[in-house]
Amino acid sequence: MAAMLELNKVSTHYLSGGRIIKAVDNVDMRINEGEVVGLVGESGSGKSTLALSVLRLIDPPGKVYGEVLWNGINLLNLSPQNMRRIRGEEISMVFQDPFSSLNPVIKIGEQIAEVFRFHKKLSRRKAWEAAIKVLDLVHIKDPGERVNDYPHQFSGGMKQRVAVAMAYALSPKLLIADEPTTALDVTMQKAILELLKELKTGMLFITHNIALVSEMCSRMYVMKDGRIVEQGDTREVLGNPKDAYTKRLIDSYKEINLGLD
Amino acid sequence: MRKKNKFAVFGLVVITAFCVLSIAAPIIAPYDPGEIMESEIQGPSLRHPFGTDDLGRDILSRVLYGGRISLSVAVIAVAVALTIGVLLGAVAGYYGGLLDEMIMRFTDIMLSFPTIFLILAIQSVLTPNIVNVMVVIGATSWMGIARLVRGEFLTVKERDFVEAARAIGCGNFRIIFKHILPNSMGPVIVSGTLGMAGAILTESALSFLGLGVQPPVPSWGNMLMDSQAYLIDAPWMAVIPGVFIVLAVLSLYFIGEGLRERLNPKE
Amino acid sequence: MSRYIFRRLLQLIPLLIGITLITFFVMHLAPGDPTALFTDPNIKPEELARIRVNWGLDKPVGIQYLIWLKNAARLDFGYSYISGKPVIEEIGERLPNTLLLMSVSFIIILLISIPVGVISAVKKGSWFDNLFTIISFIFMSIPTFWLALVFMLLFSLKLGWVPSFGDLSLPVAVLVISGLAGITRYQRASMLEVLNQEYIKVARAKGLPEIIVIFKHALRNALIPIITLMGLSIPDLFGGAFIIETIFAWPGMGRLGVSAVFSRNYPVIMGVTVMTAVLIVLANLIADLGYALVDPRIRYAKKE
Repeated sequence: MAAMLELNKVSTHYLSGGRIIKAVDNVDMRINEGEVVGLVGESGSGKSTLALSVLRLIDPPGKVYGEVLWNGINLLNLSPQNMRRIRGEEISMVFQDPFSSLNPVIKIGEQIAEVFRFHKKLSRRKAWEAAIKVLDLVHIKDPGERVNDYPHQFSGGMKQRVAVAMAYALSPKLLIADEPTTALDVTMQKAILELLKELKTGMLFITHNIALVSEMCSRMYVMKDGRIVEQGDTREVLGNPKDAYTKRLIDSYKEINLGLD
Repeated sequence: MRKKNKFAVFGLVVITAFCVLSIAAPIIAPYDPGEIMESEIQGPSLRHPFGTDDLGRDILSRVLYGGRISLSVAVIAVAVALTIGVLLGAVAGYYGGLLDEMIMRFTDIMLSFPTIFLILAIQSVLTPNIVNVMVVIGATSWMGIARLVRGEFLTVKERDFVEAARAIGCGNFRIIFKHILPNSMGPVIVSGTLGMAGAILTESALSFLGLGVQPPVPSWGNMLMDSQAYLIDAPWMAVIPGVFIVLAVLSLYFIGEGLRERLNPKE
Repeated sequence: MSRYIFRRLLQLIPLLIGITLITFFVMHLAPGDPTALFTDPNIKPEELARIRVNWGLDKPVGIQYLIWLKNAARLDFGYSYISGKPVIEEIGERLPNTLLLMSVSFIIILLISIPVGVISAVKKGSWFDNLFTIISFIFMSIPTFWLALVFMLLFSLKLGWVPSFGDLSLPVAVLVISGLAGITRYQRASMLEVLNQEYIKVARAKGLPEIIVIFKHALRNALIPIITLMGLSIPDLFGGAFIIETIFAWPGMGRLGVSAVFSRNYPVIMGVTVMTAVLIVLANLIADLGYALVDPRIRYAKKE
């Protein structure tokens, strides 16, 4: 079965002060339709850079090499126009910090509706109605009223729900969730995880927290210094880690006793 | 990054050149700046590379001596502004509370005046001379620095190393001057450099109006005062000192920007 | 939001008091008879003595200040030494001219600085950006009065395109050029900062066209601090206008004030100083109110 998303030898290099920094180094990855795949690593391991590379959101002096195949088509070769079509509609992303990922001066309803207007060419009114529906989907109370509010009028957890709404609005086949719960309080984290589980779409779940991976993902990759050091079935990897780094990660979590299966 | 460095270097070169020229003015100037040499205005020539002014004085010499005055006024004025600004800003930022409120109110009040006119008004009750020009310019341009320093203190005073210093019994004064202030020096230096640029502009405007450096002491500003009547007949009288002012101010801006990039790494 | 407005209005009072205090006490350092600050200079000596007692001019400075303040609040700044006319009348005749000069310049500055700043930021590092940076540095280094002289020499005397005096074009041109550079650079910096924000990346991640990202998502944020900035640039705009009025003989309040300085016409100096400061305070207040209206974070309260 052909994978929905296939990364072949993907590298992202930054040119800085004459040196080349390999933020992502020769990564291979596959995500099948409907699969929830985890990407684990510490800060600075390149996880977020990988996510941005898939969406071609890397700005100069960074450059992405290799193949990012989406249903067989290499995204890296697409025209900017076609790439824009894919973003938000087929692949979308939920960012880590809801306090900075929502535009503070635009109503949240508009931030969701504009996705419908530009991708599906819906009218203003229909797009607005669609936005209200999506807000309802992510369990925002009184969506008809809250749709007119600004981000600062929501709590952290609700802001992240809005972010999920923005990303899920067009029912993309792949949702990249980059540390979606890291910036939230513990009480909020559970709610967002439940929400993501509800969505039943292909997902690349990025986190530094191994416990979350075991809860959410059927398969996982471990990343260190831009490279994939281990991959496989979640239970396999967590129960029987082959790489030293993976072992260290798991052990330190065991010590803090976050309750792994 | 390379492009900006070129500008800063240019600025440094020009300012250093100006400083050297100013200090060495008595040696390099071809003639005495006050000496009336010709009976009528002359344009630029071999004898007078920048021409003469309406009184027959050599402009090149006057510009060199004028540079001494204009640059030293700027330096002292900024020193005054820095002293007031750093002191007020540090006290406001460190002690907070009512003291902070009062100092900030005072700063706001001072910022509500149009600086040039305030200086003019002050000069109208004094007899303008070099000293009070320096002091008055300094006394009306400290507000930005005070705000800056206050901001730095507000952020830094909560940091751990300040707590540590207090824990070992350092008195407030010591903490302010030995611990927090040195860390805030970066933006202050940038401010000081840009402040000098502003001071040169202000002094030249003041002297141009006749309320700054008084003739016959030459300053770039008061040289321009006399040039007004001879705009058509002797444009070099107006152009030359102006060019010097522009070069000096531009250089200081370049240096200031260069310093700002160096001292505030953001990437 | 109403709390914000109320707070701002409250802050006006110490500001105005402070302004009048400083103005009064600085002027009080002037040599000469302070009686003249209050009264018609055509008055007889016996009257003068009576006024001296009545107005408390034999009283301590503090009381004199309060009396002056009381009058100033009614816009009575005394009489001009030179013309004998009430100061407020002289100011009133000329203020509209100054406001005209400043408003036209202000609008032109806005119209130019916003597009130039935005384009410079979006195309950072391009030839446009570098050219603009160099030009703005040069403009910032030119003394306003010198630029005025050069313009007068060039456009009026040598080329004869515009009359030297009484015409608005050169004064506006000089004021605009003086003020443009700084404000455009701030616009550029503000836009650059916004473009670095995560929500801009998010907008792109949603597949929105770049034009929308720039104009809808970025610009709206970048323009907000500009309101405050324009307010902060008003004092310098006044200062520049005053000098320009003097050189081009534009009949505004600035020219009145500067010539009052030359003739030690203290009542007029005080009147112009206070009027200008009050206008600046008002302008800043309007800017702050505008800011509160435009920034939803201030306009709408939090809900949770």
